[in-house]
Amino acid sequence: MSEQTLDLNLQEVGAAFSDPVLSSQAVFRAALAALSRPGRIQSVPHDAQQPPGATPAAAALLLALLDPDCTVWLAPRLAGGAVSAWLRFHTGCRIVSQPAAARFAWSDADQLPLLQQFALGSEFEPEISTTCVVQVKALDERCGWRLSGPGIPGRQRLAVAGLGAGFLAQWQANHNLFPRGIDVLLCAGQFLAALARTTAIEA
Amino acid sequence: MLQDDCTPTHIDRTARQGWLRLLSHAPLDLLECELGALTGPHPQWLRRPEIGLVMVQGRIGGTGARFNLGEVTVTRCALRTDPGRITCREVGVAYVLGRSVRHAELAATADALLQDPLTRDRIPSNLLDRIAASLDSEHAKRRAQIRATRVEFFTVARESGATDAP
Repeated sequence: MSEQTLDLNLQEVGAAFSDPVLSSQAVFRAALAALSRPGRIQSVPHDAQQPPGATPAAAALLLALLDPDCTVWLAPRLAGGAVSAWLRFHTGCRIVSQPAAARFAWSDADQLPLLQQFALGSEFEPEISTTCVVQVKALDERCGWRLSGPGIPGRQRLAVAGLGAGFLAQWQANHNLFPRGIDVLLCAGQFLAALARTTAIEA
Repeated sequence: MLQDDCTPTHIDRTARQGWLRLLSHAPLDLLECELGALTGPHPQWLRRPEIGLVMVQGRIGGTGARFNLGEVTVTRCALRTDPGRITCREVGVAYVLGRSVRHAELAATADALLQDPLTRDRIPSNLLDRIAASLDSEHAKRRAQIRATRVEFFTVARESGATDAP
């Protein structure tokens, strides 16, 4: 184990869940529901004080999912703010500078790197790919893309505000990599919806 | 091992380590008596008091390779002081041996107040000295107890290369 000392400024750090066990379980349940029903919007109410720049649902997700074994990549805007200290204090996770080295990534939609830059897993261990938590402006399941695939009976609509124009092409490439590929959790306000690597998207 | 350094830059790190050590070893009744009035009913918890295990490592003779000596119970917390009682800008942290949640809360409160120059004088100025004196006297008492059981082996002369006698 390498020893490393990092400055951790606690002055800006807010509190985590007031009831860590029940809140983490509720968030985990929401993440599970979202990933097993891609495109279906889930609500993640919680009482943690998220740092400035963080979307409530995204903050709750990472608070519940991360532990000291996890590596996290933060998009530049989040890495520069109080998010990094908050995450490290409450979860003990390690922040890494390369998207490909991270098990989790947290980014705003406009700062999301190419999806192929994340860890895509291997044929033998497809589960070690990066799970991306992306903060978007808004989610709506009444219009927009047509999703299909496992977990979706028939068609599921999903409109996502804030993602770049190149996202669909990148997603198609990611989808074609199955069983490798990344999974994406889209967060807006206290809501989240997932795109599993098995989900096909038609514009 | 990742070690986060959460000491603000205007605080001397060694000084803070010194008071954190004293506060965590201090007798609870002394802390309660001196600091009890400074804690309010609603501290802002960054991390509620939680009890866990920490592996203590030792070295034979202080120089050998590290080995795991055993686990000890540790209570830790991090808080901002109750704004209804005292306004303090800093975050107090405590790691205390044992399972006393109250001890961790008192130690973290004192740590927060000691870090902020505006609140430092709320802590009785001689508190740390009194804790040190109390620890010294405890230590001296324990040494005296142990010294009473000391055995001098006058007849056993150890030869080089010989194995230890039982």
